[in-house]
Amino acid sequence: MSNQRVELPDTPAAYNRDVERIEVELLLEGVYRHYGFDFRSYAYSSLKRRIWKRITQEGLASVSQLQDRVLHDSSLMEKLLLDLSINVTAMYRDPGFYAAFREKVVPTLRTYPFIRIWHAGCSTGEEVYSMAILLEEEGLYDRARIYATDINEVVLQRARAGIFPLEKMQEYTQNYLRAGGTRSFSEYYTAMYDGALFNTTLTRNVVFSQHNLVTDGSFSEFNVIVCRNVMIYFDRKLQNRVHRLFYDSLSRRGVLALGNKETLRFTDFEDKYEVVDTREKIYRRTA
Amino acid sequence: MSGESEAGYRMVVVGASAGGLYALRTLIAGLPADFDMPVVVVQHRAKESELLCELLQECTPLPVTEVMDKQEIGPGVFIGPPDYHLLVDDGSFALSTDDPVRYSRPSIDVMFQSAAETYGMDTVGVVLTGANQDGSAGLRQIADAGGHCVVQDPETAEVRVMPRSALKAVPDACVLTLEEIGPHLAGIRGRRVPPCPPRDA
Repeated sequence: MSNQRVELPDTPAAYNRDVERIEVELLLEGVYRHYGFDFRSYAYSSLKRRIWKRITQEGLASVSQLQDRVLHDSSLMEKLLLDLSINVTAMYRDPGFYAAFREKVVPTLRTYPFIRIWHAGCSTGEEVYSMAILLEEEGLYDRARIYATDINEVVLQRARAGIFPLEKMQEYTQNYLRAGGTRSFSEYYTAMYDGALFNTTLTRNVVFSQHNLVTDGSFSEFNVIVCRNVMIYFDRKLQNRVHRLFYDSLSRRGVLALGNKETLRFTDFEDKYEVVDTREKIYRRTA
Repeated sequence: MSGESEAGYRMVVVGASAGGLYALRTLIAGLPADFDMPVVVVQHRAKESELLCELLQECTPLPVTEVMDKQEIGPGVFIGPPDYHLLVDDGSFALSTDDPVRYSRPSIDVMFQSAAETYGMDTVGVVLTGANQDGSAGLRQIADAGGHCVVQDPETAEVRVMPRSALKAVPDACVLTLEEIGPHLAGIRGRRVPPCPPRDA
């Protein structure tokens, strides 16, 4: 029996790994120097998958060919940026996180006259709207400001628009209820054609703006920083850099919320926080 | 990048789907207590399923952990979390919420491929029971990198599709029953074994 040809998930099997590594580094260096987007410290294995996805879609055969095209064609850079920045999100994604936030963080927030929240890497904004609804239901929204940032202006425009697929609303309603939602979820949006337009009152205290976690600095002091499933795409060195940025941007006793498969354990900042919720990876700054 | 070692294999990657719980318990129970290669498992399962680690821990003294992002790779059994792709980088794991690959997240192919690319000929790939083709392409890549491939005997698998597909992709993989796989893995530590001859081909 001869070897059956099997579908490969991305990189061609015959590709020379050492050459590939060189090409990827050259591509990222070129992208950084020409466009200012710095992906040089992203986790290699998943980064490479995303690069090959673009190579395949453009009908190219090598990382070098992609580099040639990207450096001369900014519209291709926009596509690559969408490929490389992570845009998987959902309303009340991981409902347990919102339930824990409501139970364990909201009581502290109640004692503050003014609440500043930074949602870093907000993508298309579903989780920002989720947080706005939660704060509204807890009677805290009027004294809250949410700074929602992402590296990518295209996804931020979608976030500002606040229109999400209507077909998702059933799933989101389930999530909302499991997250401890107290009203009817449909109160928060208006169905129009195949979209659900969320009430504009939800964003009156939200500022959407472009911010690059890799190259930009701190821009304020926050009581809460939410950054979930963003840093899994960074290598450990870059994770530490971003954790430094978050640490410097948090007020005393400020809260840091990570994705539930992320942990401070493998960073330099473990001893600077206490655990608020082990399972949902909610931490409070102590030092 | 990490280079390959003369000493022998350095990582075992295991993929399982339908019927995987029993299969994984049997495989892991067959590993000796001093088994020092990391055993990295991707099992297709529902988003919220949580008991897998506990159920596997019951049958081995080796530490069984669900992988956290950037966790260091060492001896023990590592289970990919549901709804994330599991990748290996040099020395540590990386998670990803990238799109499912052929409807699967986690994808066995994605994990096998990253292991093959990082550990090369030092990789051992194991495909167990399942009802789809996931793992076949990844096992082929492990074979192409010079690694060692093992497939559960389809005739003894709870669901035969996945091991059969893997054997089509890698006809010279070693075909073993579940009970044989643990001892086989223990026996190949520190040495290289050649591919197995094709069976009834």
